[in-house]
Amino acid sequence: MSLINAKNLTKVYTLGEIKVEALKSVSFEIEPASFISFIGPSGSGKTTLLNLIGCLDKPTSGTLKVAEVNTSELTRKEAASFRGENLGFIFQDFNLIPVLTVYENVEYPLLIVQNVPSEERKNRVISLLKTVGMMDQKDKYPDQISGGQKQRVAVARALVTNPRLVLADEPTANLDSKTAFMVIDIMRQMKEEFGVTFIFSTHDPKIVREVETVYTLQDGMLIGRTQGMGGRHA
Amino acid sequence: MLKLFKIAVRNLTRYKRRTLLTSSLIAIGVMFVLVFVAASGSFKYIMIGQITDSMLGHIQVHKRGYVASIDSLPLTLNLSEKAEKKLEKTLGEILEIEAFSPRIKFGGMFSNFIETTNIRVNGVYPEKEIATVPLFLSRIKQGEKSIKEGEILIPELLATGLKVKVRDTVVVIATNRDGSVNGKQFVIGGIIESVTGPGGRDGYMHIKDAMEVLRMDEMEVSEVAIRLKDFSKLNAVSNRLDEMLSKELNTQGKQVFDVRTWEKLSPFYNVARMIDVMTFFIKLMLIAIVLVSIMNVMIMAVFERIREIGTISAIGTKPKKILSLFLIEGFFLGVFGAAVGNILAIGLVFLINLVNISFNFGRQSGLVLSPSLSAGDILWISAIVIIVSVVAALQPAFKASRMEPVDALRHI
Repeated sequence: MSLINAKNLTKVYTLGEIKVEALKSVSFEIEPASFISFIGPSGSGKTTLLNLIGCLDKPTSGTLKVAEVNTSELTRKEAASFRGENLGFIFQDFNLIPVLTVYENVEYPLLIVQNVPSEERKNRVISLLKTVGMMDQKDKYPDQISGGQKQRVAVARALVTNPRLVLADEPTANLDSKTAFMVIDIMRQMKEEFGVTFIFSTHDPKIVREVETVYTLQDGMLIGRTQGMGGRHA
Repeated sequence: MLKLFKIAVRNLTRYKRRTLLTSSLIAIGVMFVLVFVAASGSFKYIMIGQITDSMLGHIQVHKRGYVASIDSLPLTLNLSEKAEKKLEKTLGEILEIEAFSPRIKFGGMFSNFIETTNIRVNGVYPEKEIATVPLFLSRIKQGEKSIKEGEILIPELLATGLKVKVRDTVVVIATNRDGSVNGKQFVIGGIIESVTGPGGRDGYMHIKDAMEVLRMDEMEVSEVAIRLKDFSKLNAVSNRLDEMLSKELNTQGKQVFDVRTWEKLSPFYNVARMIDVMTFFIKLMLIAIVLVSIMNVMIMAVFERIREIGTISAIGTKPKKILSLFLIEGFFLGVFGAAVGNILAIGLVFLINLVNISFNFGRQSGLVLSPSLSAGDILWISAIVIIVSVVAALQPAFKASRMEPVDALRHI
């Protein structure tokens, strides 16, 4: 049973009187516990596709099933619940909440979104902070840690709810090579340990080398599907 | 929910200067409104106290129709002895009544044997009058502070005009109920200060002397002034008394008695109402200040945190929680502003009381303004501010909660 099933996905943006077709009849299937990347030049539709998979946007036409749920039929509230229960997000700019500490940022989805009991919440947050190597920084605020550390916190936040799928939009774009590899390693480790599916949208060859499958987008169309080196390692 | 409170407080402290400025604006507004309420309330109650405790009493009972003709002090509309006895019996049954004073009011001529002028006189039982209007004695500026038989207390304007002084002999002449004229010689027992309002320039004599001047064989009273133990029960007691007396009907089946509170007898009531209206508009201004400042801050907060809203929305925060987060921020701004405003107001009221600001009202001078803040005022104003703060945050909060995460995340 595939985790994601996209059929003829089309997304058209209207900018004044101009219509821009960001995705043109894209179809694909992704199995659970995959490590996948969408690549392509700017404007190829990578981020649009990730937004659709992440229930942040709705397709203009076509069907998209994520975890067997037709996401285009979800209301705003249902979409928020679905994201909170099934998805994790990692952003290029980390997007940590500046008024919360490292610990509180990771705790946020469990507390505000899922209402997980205190003891379990604490165990899960501490466990993930240890995994991403940020336990010693847990009381610091985002503006007190480096970019790499922020992205590690973002990875922990994305995984703390035990999601089935993590969507990462250019997760290494703002990181140096060493830190980027460290973050990719952590994600791979999470995938292997918990069976989480990771989908990246990236230009970064470091990620492309590490993923199992690479989907190439160009001008809104899916033009290729290749095996990555990560897949050969696995 | 507690976590949302914590996040809201941290968001407010993130922009310290802006939060402080907005809260200061609210605090200053709250302070001024509370001090105005306290000072105007003090002024109002001093004035009401002066009027009711100097001459009017809290409630008055007349024969129906008397008040409409009160300027001519018609003796034909006096309450009969029988009616007055019934009234006294009824008043005795109401425990909230502290004292009452029957009065015979009449108009007459006042002569110092050289000049003559008109005078309005109240015939009263001295003890009952003093018990009902306890500030009466303080109005006696010259002479003994009492009303004795054979003596008359005259208003100071009359004493000045006719150049008479205490212990001078004068004559009061009045037309009786049957149309005949009678006069009686009096000694001026004292000169009383005039006060603003109806009856404020009347003379006073013992009720027995008034009966003699008017050649009354039986007691007939023009009005009965009533003092309550607790002024705040004015309307309740007035309504109860009115209900009890409404059963008393004359031979035509119409009500005998007419019960009126001081508000329906004194033109100062309109001044008091004006003070209330001014207070209301001052409160409206406060609401406007709070509304504009909170709305401004919250709109800014939403605009500055669009990406953050997109992030929390993307990771699954429901729109209702995003709405709550911004409403809580507005709520805290209101609470903080109101709390600081209350403290400042209490301090300022304390200072005003310390300084002893005095003022004149009509012919009364040296009245000391003594503002006080009731817990009710503080709670009421604070509640208004907090509710308005939340209402002002509603639109920006709603906007934040309705934001599409994909658009918010794209915002730079």
